[in-house]
Amino acid sequence: MSAGQLPRWVDYGLIPLLNLAAAFLVSGLVVLLIGENPLEAVEILLWGSLGFGEGVGFTLFYATNFIFTGLAVAVAFHAGLFNIGGEGQAYVGGLGVALACLALDQYVPWWVTMPVAVIGAALMGAAWAFIPAWLQAKRGSHVVITTIMFNFIASSLMVYLLVNVMAKPGSMQPETRTFEEGGRLPFLNDLQSWFDFGTAPVNLSLIIALIACVLVWVVIWRTRLGYEIRSFGANATAAVYAGMLPVRIIIVTMLISGGLSGMMALNEIMGSQHRLLIEFVAGYGFVGIAVALMGRAHPVGIVLAAILFGMLYQGGAELSFEKPAITRDMIVVIQGLVILFAGALENLFRPALVRIFTPSRVPAVQAG
Amino acid sequence: MTETAAIELRGVNKSFGAVHANKDIDLLVKKGTIHGIIGENGAGKSTLMSILYGFYQADSGSIHVDGVEVKISDSRQAIGLGIGMVHQHFMLVESFTVLENVILGAEGGARLADGTQRAREELYRLEQDYELKVDPDAIVGELAVGLQQRVEILKALFRGAEILILDEPTGVLTPSEADHLFKILNVLKDQGKTVLLITHKLREIMAITDEVSVMRRGEMVATRKTADTSMSELAELMVGRSVLLEVEKTPAQPKQTVLDVQNLRVTDSRGVRVVKDVSLQVKAGEIVGIAGVSGNGQSELLETLAGIRKADHGIITLAGNTLDLTKVSPDPAEIRGMGLGHVPEDRHRMGLINSFSEYENAILGYHQSEQYSNGWLLDRSAIKQEARDAIEKYDIRPPNPDLKTANFSGGNQQKIVLAREIERDPEVLLVGQPTRGVDIGAIEFIHKRLIELRDQGKGILLVSVELDEIRSLADRIIVMFDGAIVGEREPGADETELGLLMAGVEGERA
Amino acid sequence: MFENFQTLILILDSTVRLSTPLLLACLAGLYSERSGIVDIGLEGKMLGAAFGAGAIAYLTGNAWLGLLGGIGVAILLALLHGYASITNRGNQIVSGVAINFLAIGLTALLGQSWFHQGGRTPPLPKGGRFQDIVLPGAEAVKDVPFLGPIYYELLSGHNILVYVAFAAVPLTWWVLFRTRFGLRLRAVGENPAAVDTAGISVILLRYRAVIICGILTGIAGSYLSIAQSSGFIKDMTAGKGYIALAALIFAKWKPVNAMFACLLFGFLDAIAIRLQGQALPLIGEVPVQFFQALPYILTVILLAGFIGKAIPPKASGVPYLKERT
Repeated sequence: MSAGQLPRWVDYGLIPLLNLAAAFLVSGLVVLLIGENPLEAVEILLWGSLGFGEGVGFTLFYATNFIFTGLAVAVAFHAGLFNIGGEGQAYVGGLGVALACLALDQYVPWWVTMPVAVIGAALMGAAWAFIPAWLQAKRGSHVVITTIMFNFIASSLMVYLLVNVMAKPGSMQPETRTFEEGGRLPFLNDLQSWFDFGTAPVNLSLIIALIACVLVWVVIWRTRLGYEIRSFGANATAAVYAGMLPVRIIIVTMLISGGLSGMMALNEIMGSQHRLLIEFVAGYGFVGIAVALMGRAHPVGIVLAAILFGMLYQGGAELSFEKPAITRDMIVVIQGLVILFAGALENLFRPALVRIFTPSRVPAVQAG
Repeated sequence: MTETAAIELRGVNKSFGAVHANKDIDLLVKKGTIHGIIGENGAGKSTLMSILYGFYQADSGSIHVDGVEVKISDSRQAIGLGIGMVHQHFMLVESFTVLENVILGAEGGARLADGTQRAREELYRLEQDYELKVDPDAIVGELAVGLQQRVEILKALFRGAEILILDEPTGVLTPSEADHLFKILNVLKDQGKTVLLITHKLREIMAITDEVSVMRRGEMVATRKTADTSMSELAELMVGRSVLLEVEKTPAQPKQTVLDVQNLRVTDSRGVRVVKDVSLQVKAGEIVGIAGVSGNGQSELLETLAGIRKADHGIITLAGNTLDLTKVSPDPAEIRGMGLGHVPEDRHRMGLINSFSEYENAILGYHQSEQYSNGWLLDRSAIKQEARDAIEKYDIRPPNPDLKTANFSGGNQQKIVLAREIERDPEVLLVGQPTRGVDIGAIEFIHKRLIELRDQGKGILLVSVELDEIRSLADRIIVMFDGAIVGEREPGADETELGLLMAGVEGERA
Repeated sequence: MFENFQTLILILDSTVRLSTPLLLACLAGLYSERSGIVDIGLEGKMLGAAFGAGAIAYLTGNAWLGLLGGIGVAILLALLHGYASITNRGNQIVSGVAINFLAIGLTALLGQSWFHQGGRTPPLPKGGRFQDIVLPGAEAVKDVPFLGPIYYELLSGHNILVYVAFAAVPLTWWVLFRTRFGLRLRAVGENPAAVDTAGISVILLRYRAVIICGILTGIAGSYLSIAQSSGFIKDMTAGKGYIALAALIFAKWKPVNAMFACLLFGFLDAIAIRLQGQALPLIGEVPVQFFQALPYILTVILLAGFIGKAIPPKASGVPYLKERT
């Protein structure tokens, strides 16, 4: 059952769709199990996420987070690395955003703060990915395990900082002061007038996320660095033969990946919350895994998958409002099922499809 | 020697997709004999043995053991029928002791204590009976390869194997280890066991077997009594025509030295010195062949010269540039830049990225070159043009640079690598096993191309375990044994003499 | 002096209680990873088990049935992991992540749907919870200086699952190094092809390891909801599965080491609780977050190779496929 025997549209279109269908089928069964009508649930979900301007706005707001974290996971995938630390990198990335905003917001307009915040987010996220990257490159410690550890360390560190160092004086809340205008990204509603997103916090970060998609695509498929990253991921021995330096590739890839994760904080901190607070990442880093898997590690796929998950988040919120029995935890279940079917069980339908689509004559291969 | 059949195969067929790996195989192995099965790489020997050991199921045909038709659907059944197998890649748990490896799957009770003592005694008996001495409490991963192979044989005998299949057993052995193995096999035969020896080495067949069956392209083409046949007849049967490797070439006209290696020493990851004080020169316009049994340091030599492996000591001068490997560890990109091309021994592991398109593989190792860059970006039209040129010049089929490399045949994949390395006009080309797993037509093409390159005044260092290939291509032959150069000969040298050198018999050090 | 001793005993006592779920989950991971199946889904299996145990113990009023329920849920999740990673040869990390998500989502969703208490299960009736066991003679020796408190506080007075967890350590050692099953389990994690050619089914062996992992995570999760507390609370594992994973690496995949690693991490947790807001001599006040992060920091330092080297079973994480040779 070698890969590559299937037509591209099957590999990149049909299989993801089948996996997704299976995930939603099982989700439907869960809805049935708690005594609700799945079709009705789908209707509410679709309407809630796409049926009106504000719904669309929230969908895109969530999708912005997922584009960043999905790209982060995908870039690492191309080098054969599994960066499961998006959660921690985004959390620490928030620190970069907050420091930029707190330092500048009272003195300059947002468009001056923005590039500093972008750099801050990316730098902090990358820094948090650096130690796991270095350990993988130099010491061979598995990046999956170290990034998990770093998620927890980040969590402790951020709580400590927010409680003891950065909290607003005199406040018991573990959060910073609210940023002034100069530390807030404009909402999309304020930038254009042909579509009304209501009160949804979808903001300029969405555009930054889309630019990041294009940049990632260019880097991975059109530059020498991307060529090296993909070579290393596909065959590390051949990469060494070709004169590439594994240490450099691992570290650079993880820095890019961590930086992208960190930039997720732009959307939440500078785009919506306008202050740094605990647990703002709320699992979005993990969702990036599902998004990257579903999107087949390709920016176009990631945008589509991110919008799908954005719909789930927004539609799921509407759903839990309409049908209290279907709490927002349903979204977590669906995420789990998508990761299961699109990731761990991705081979479930492949053998059958190979049988259907492989013509009886195959290019001659040496027997042995 | 009794005349009953230990194993008989009748009309066995096996296909993988469209590849017919075994076609209507008939085979009769007499009890108490050593029976050889010889054939080129890819002739279907391993598939046939895997069917016999229950790893694969035959599509049709029957298997008879001791005259009774049997179905073997997994290795447990094969073991139950008294069939033992020593795989080419050992099936050992390296962190376990010898004893633990031997009893795995035949522990003799749910508690280890129940069977261990008995196993220890049985091992001792086997050691005595078959000259298979090995410490039962040694950690397998710390044993030499030859001893590890003994553990494999012990495993089979411990399970009561009457029929022992050995798949290319000498590929990893030093000549003295191989000699010892043959001694053991003879003892096994004397004790009434049946041995099935799979190999592609004619010399071994002649040395030890009673009968030999020849496979070619999935078919069993002949069975002979070893005493009644000759190497040349077997060779002819293996390849299907009388002359395999006649390469047309004029005498070499060597000029200045383009590669000079002084006192190279290399230690492998296990801490074993694998290249011992090797010094050699390659001149422009000559092919220097390195002959030797596989595993005598040639691979490491090649990888070190290419900058992939770290050396302990040594000085390389390449096209006028000197590198002191004692002080700097070179990187492959730097060495390439100095004018070296490298066709690695294993194209799947090293030379190609199978999931890439053909055109992407066409620049592997040269991707940093300005020629393929357009500012920060890769210049894809330049790369594809390069790929199309190579496809035309090297007759790579199918002629499609966008096709995934995995979908090309072995010969065409090798041409992709060759084209990439030769067309950059290197001063020196390192070539490892250029025709392994390559069809006859492509072999001729590749050999011709290498001679052409020589005649253009380039230096070529060729490593091959096929002595015939070395003899027909090289202008000088250097023989390596146990990590050191043990002699240098003219290509016309006597084959037996070379064989003795390769076996480390003549103590002459060059 | 005596007061310090008393404090120490109390900290150690709470160390034992806090270590128990870690130890059970750590041993669970040990069986799985020794067989070559990487399991980052310990957390999810524990959580699922905690919910299953809490729900069934509440409905039946019987702790033992609750325990069975918890084990049952964990085994189902373990089989799902097995199906994905053994039968389908999927990515084991991805499968583990999926299981963690499923467990968090399903326990909260079903909990709310069935019990309507914000994802909790209702408080357990008396028989629904494992009670502490007073060992024979504990009351009698209670007042003997030093040894008395050690026996009364530290050794006696835990619920049955604590004793099960610590008994599982020598048992695991024995199974792993003294039985046929253990030999094969260790072999399949190092070189599955060797096991296969020896006529042993790799698939069956790995499924058995994964099921044992389910049983142990089942006990671990049940401990949380029906022994340590009285009922299931949303996301009550709170990362314990990951600490167990860290402990497994810290222990270099060895059972006795696993016990010490879990005790160490439990101890850190216990002093973090104890020291909250208190100043230490010389150092001053140490933030509680530091103790919370310490297990992970220590594991990273270990992984970095500064305290010996942690080498996982060779074949772990690699699906087994009979190759065409």
